[in-house]
Amino acid sequence: MTLDRPTDPPVLRLEDVHVRYGGSHVLQGISFDVASQGVTALLGRNGVGKTTTLRAILGLAPRTGRITLRGNPIQTMATHRVVRGGVGYVPEDREVFGGLTVEENLRLVDPERGVDAPVVAELFPDLVKRRGQRAGTLSGGQQQMVALARVLLRDNDLLLVDEPTKGLAPKLVTEVADVLAQVARRTPILLVEQNLPLVRRIADRVVVLDAGRVVHRGEAAALVTDADLTRELLGVSMRREGAA
Amino acid sequence: MSDLVLILFTGLGLGALYFLAASGLSLVYGLMGVLNFAHGAFMTAGAYAAWLTMRDLPQGWPVAPRLAVAVLVAVLVGAAVGLVVEVVLIRPLYRRHIQQVLVTVGLSLAGVAAAQGIWGSDPRPVEKPVWMAGTTRLLGATVPNDRFVYLLVALVVFRGPLALLHLTRLGLVIRAGVENRTMVEALGIDVRRTFTVVFAIGGAAAGLAGVLYAQYAGAVSPGQGGSLLIYAFIVVVIGGMGSLTGTALAAVAVGLVQQLANYYAASGVGDLSVVLLLALVLLLRPTSLKGAPA
Repeated sequence: MTLDRPTDPPVLRLEDVHVRYGGSHVLQGISFDVASQGVTALLGRNGVGKTTTLRAILGLAPRTGRITLRGNPIQTMATHRVVRGGVGYVPEDREVFGGLTVEENLRLVDPERGVDAPVVAELFPDLVKRRGQRAGTLSGGQQQMVALARVLLRDNDLLLVDEPTKGLAPKLVTEVADVLAQVARRTPILLVEQNLPLVRRIADRVVVLDAGRVVHRGEAAALVTDADLTRELLGVSMRREGAA
Repeated sequence: MSDLVLILFTGLGLGALYFLAASGLSLVYGLMGVLNFAHGAFMTAGAYAAWLTMRDLPQGWPVAPRLAVAVLVAVLVGAAVGLVVEVVLIRPLYRRHIQQVLVTVGLSLAGVAAAQGIWGSDPRPVEKPVWMAGTTRLLGATVPNDRFVYLLVALVVFRGPLALLHLTRLGLVIRAGVENRTMVEALGIDVRRTFTVVFAIGGAAAGLAGVLYAQYAGAVSPGQGGSLLIYAFIVVVIGGMGSLTGTALAAVAVGLVQQLANYYAASGVGDLSVVLLLALVLLLRPTSLKGAPA
């Protein structure tokens, strides 16, 4: 794990970000930085606003406040501009296009190379063999690889990855963790994840949300090795969590 | 036997017109989630544009080339109307479905009123090329030639968008957008630009449907697009929103059922049978013929 030097500017900064859906105030003025290297994990119990935070960054949720990417404000940009500006997004539940082939899913992002891009052969060789298969017929793990490959076809300043191991078998969790660890060497990641052993393995820093507010920021190792703090902030015990 | 052949060809010809009317509607709803009640006004605009073009072109020209130019004008007018409506009225209302319905219903009413105000309520006869007004002996039946034209045009229109959908990048974006437009945007693709193009394509198809339906009816009238729109909606619901193949199958089924019922039951039963067909599909296969949510 590579921690930033104190002088490194963050890749992403959120300042006093609010999200309201109708009468519900989901994010209540959250502020935090995402470091320019490594993995920052966004943690919290179910329903505290983790996915909403990613959607607010992307412009998929109606947000107020200030969000900057490498110092440039993006809070008023349309989603496609935020993404083209360098933010890759791997959503919860993969959201691959089931009616399209693997090749077509990738060519949406990279019309020239698609499956033939070097990064696909390097990290997802199985997808090369399955290029003509409809994505809807792939297993959950294979779909996750499509979702990851899709964003890695573009040069990103930051990746937003939402619960990439949700619903996957333990072996696949390990494979996904390996890929994320490799990717994080090149591109910083803001990771929403419930799997604490995975967080312990690949995250450098953590931001913990509770009821739409930031309640903790710090180094990942310090949180996941402190059973009392983990129980207090996340309501789980590390001893009960499986391995990543 | 000859009666059955005639009815089948008439049903297929009518089905072809329904497909032309419904294809744009289906694409627009499938991609954008916009239930465009103004689609009938687009058809009317195309029909009147074609009628005016045929009227104003030199009368020394034979009818067929004047009709060919008129079809082109109708397609362009339909596309232009679709584009302007999307940019001016629909774009500010994405994800506000009730307002979209109100705006498009209002536009369709305004379209009919405008046509009535400008050209009057009476149907205006349209000229038909000699060959289209003639008949061909086929399997013992005397089949009006215009049915073959509608079928041919529908086949071209069916193959055209299919090629667009499966062979071009725009088509890839449309197919992905029909599944999950939010995710398309989250991949860095400007879906709104695609929406505008699809709306213009839908308008062009409506313009084409309008001019050909006027040929079928032998006249243009302000309410023509609206009455065709009802069948287009039924076809789209049966075939599945966003599915061109489903729309084509449903259009053929609706055209045939309507004509067979009109002939073998009683005149007028055709419309009722179409509604019954719709009810039957919704009861037995609520996800529509192609499996898309009806």
